Amino acid sequence: MALYRYDEFDRKFLEERVAQYRDQVRRRLAGQLSEDEFRSLRLMNGLYLQLHAYMLRISIPYGTLSSAQLRGLAHVARRWDKGYGHFTTRQNIQYHWIRLEDTPDILAHLATVQLHGIQTSGNSFRNITTDPFAGAAADEIEDPRPYGEIVRQWSALHPEFSFLPRKFKIVLNAAPDDRAAVKIHDLGLNLRRNEKGELGFEVLVGGGLGRTPILAQTVRDFVPRRDVLAYITACLRVYNQYGRRDNLFKSRVKILVQSLGIEKYRQEVEAEYAAMGVEREELDLPDAVVAAMQAQFAAPSYPDASGDEAELNQALAAEPDFARWVKYNVKPHKAAGHAIVVVSLKQPGKVTGDCSASQMELLAELADRLSFGEIRITHDQNMVLPHVRKAALYDLWLQLGAAGLATPNIGLASDIICCPGMDYCSLATARSIPIAQALATNLAQREQEIGPLQIKISGCINACGHHHVGHIGILGLEKNGAESYQITVGGSDNAQAALGGIVGPAVAAHEVTATVDRLIDVYLRLRRDGEQFPDTYRRVGLAPFKEALVVAR
Amino acid sequence: MGDPVFRLVTGNRLRDGKVIYFVGAGVWTPLIAEARLVEEWDGAALLAEAQAGPPPHPAIAPTLIEATRDGERVVPVTLRDRIRAGGPTIAYAGG
Ligand code: SF4
Repeated sequence: MALYRYDEFDRKFLEERVAQYRDQVRRRLAGQLSEDEFRSLRLMNGLYLQLHAYMLRISIPYGTLSSAQLRGLAHVARRWDKGYGHFTTRQNIQYHWIRLEDTPDILAHLATVQLHGIQTSGNSFRNITTDPFAGAAADEIEDPRPYGEIVRQWSALHPEFSFLPRKFKIVLNAAPDDRAAVKIHDLGLNLRRNEKGELGFEVLVGGGLGRTPILAQTVRDFVPRRDVLAYITACLRVYNQYGRRDNLFKSRVKILVQSLGIEKYRQEVEAEYAAMGVEREELDLPDAVVAAMQAQFAAPSYPDASGDEAELNQALAAEPDFARWVKYNVKPHKAAGHAIVVVSLKQPGKVTGDCSASQMELLAELADRLSFGEIRITHDQNMVLPHVRKAALYDLWLQLGAAGLATPNIGLASDIICCPGMDYCSLATARSIPIAQALATNLAQREQEIGPLQIKISGCINACGHHHVGHIGILGLEKNGAESYQITVGGSDNAQAALGGIVGPAVAAHEVTATVDRLIDVYLRLRRDGEQFPDTYRRVGLAPFKEALVVAR
Repeated sequence: MGDPVFRLVTGNRLRDGKVIYFVGAGVWTPLIAEARLVEEWDGAALLAEAQAGPPPHPAIAPTLIEATRDGERVVPVTLRDRIRAGGPTIAYAGG
């Protein structure tokens, strides 16, 4: 497979795109382009119109940022927005207060750190996502990002697939547990080893939330690594050929897989794959290409940190608050004496996923000093310093704490996923942020007792807040002019992904906190040792949760 | 009987996306209190007037919305329009 030199190509491409866009904005402001003519041009560059202003969405491929890139994002927040950005469940950043006339300068600035908003809209491949701990996690098979980059290059401006029936989201995961929510994507790749120890991918197709939530299904258990591009080309080709273009609501690949049935879809893909012939050789992914890409993602040279453990243990014993933060926010790293640090953007009472320019600058500085200049964004709307020496954790905790970034709640009830909702989004049917704030503030008191719990909130049926796969999911609706909230339980987005079940009629905004409290009480009463919310739900079903709400009414 | 419901025209300002309201005679304002309010039956004419004018039009997607008066204040009927008029209902990281 021929890979272009993406550094050079991208830099030139981005510069040209910015120049072209600058001219389009000039013509729009001069009245030479109407809004109808301009809309698709701005959307192609990631610029949307929201309730209060334009919104600029910048992609962060596989959620990985360098410290220089994070400083670039901070600069945009400070100079051209209101001093902050919002990290989304798609591992993107959104700026909510953008002026059209500034956007060419913003994009030019971001291009200097190789960031852009291109193709975050329209019927194209979206930002590829992956495990935010990629390249660092103790339990991963291999770093999935080189494969993400190979797939990105294959998909970028792919001529055959530049007019798909609808947008297309690809995800990669290389850990036994799924930290990338594979089953809610159009196409998922799980890196696996077969019995012979060879590397390959499980290929899943047809997941997505929104109006019709469906989980992706396995098309093939194991596609050898070198055949993966050919195989996903076949998957896309079947979609491109049969996917519905006549009805927006039926155009995603999930609807195609559902209507054909996974068996028939698989047959079509296999037939396409078998018929590829010489093209399959062109799409071959030889070990040398993988190795070259892996070199671009080479792990940092970790210092010998085997002595760090003792120092860490001392600090843990001396400082219970620090110990609590380590328990929830620090994850196992593959290198001895190192750790992965999840930086919570979920301080109860604050806005989920918002990060101020000074917080971004601090994180960039901490990444330079303590994490080889790397930062990750998670689909749970938190940030990650992926390679921190254990001996540095205490100092890091103090510095994060001083900036409001050391909330010890990762995976707990106040670590809520929440979309912008009606406070910003023009598509919203209800607000979501105030609901998240009220829940987080209320649940923070007892979240250690509750243990792992994922609450996910969306402000409309588009499900950007992934509510269908929340242990407790909340969907904001509008009923007779008032906000109301439909609540589901039992969803999950990991390897045992499931869609939640609706617990009863939608409730008013002021009833959400008490309703969620009741649902959690049911769980705490019924759970057995070692069970998490979805386990208990699978065992006891929807009935006890429904009953608790009926009694309360 | 509830408060009388008026019509007014709103849009987003072309150059910065800011929420603006139609005053009349080609003039737009960021302050809803300055918007021109008309009775329901005059809404279509107000919208047509707001949409008129040579390009570049200062407002994107002029739209007719409903509002009531509360003393000096003009209060949109829908929550969405109230949030557009008053800004997000939450404090955000930038303050
Ligand atoms: S779920 Fe709806 S309200 Fe929330 S961000 Fe997505 S489109 Fe907007």
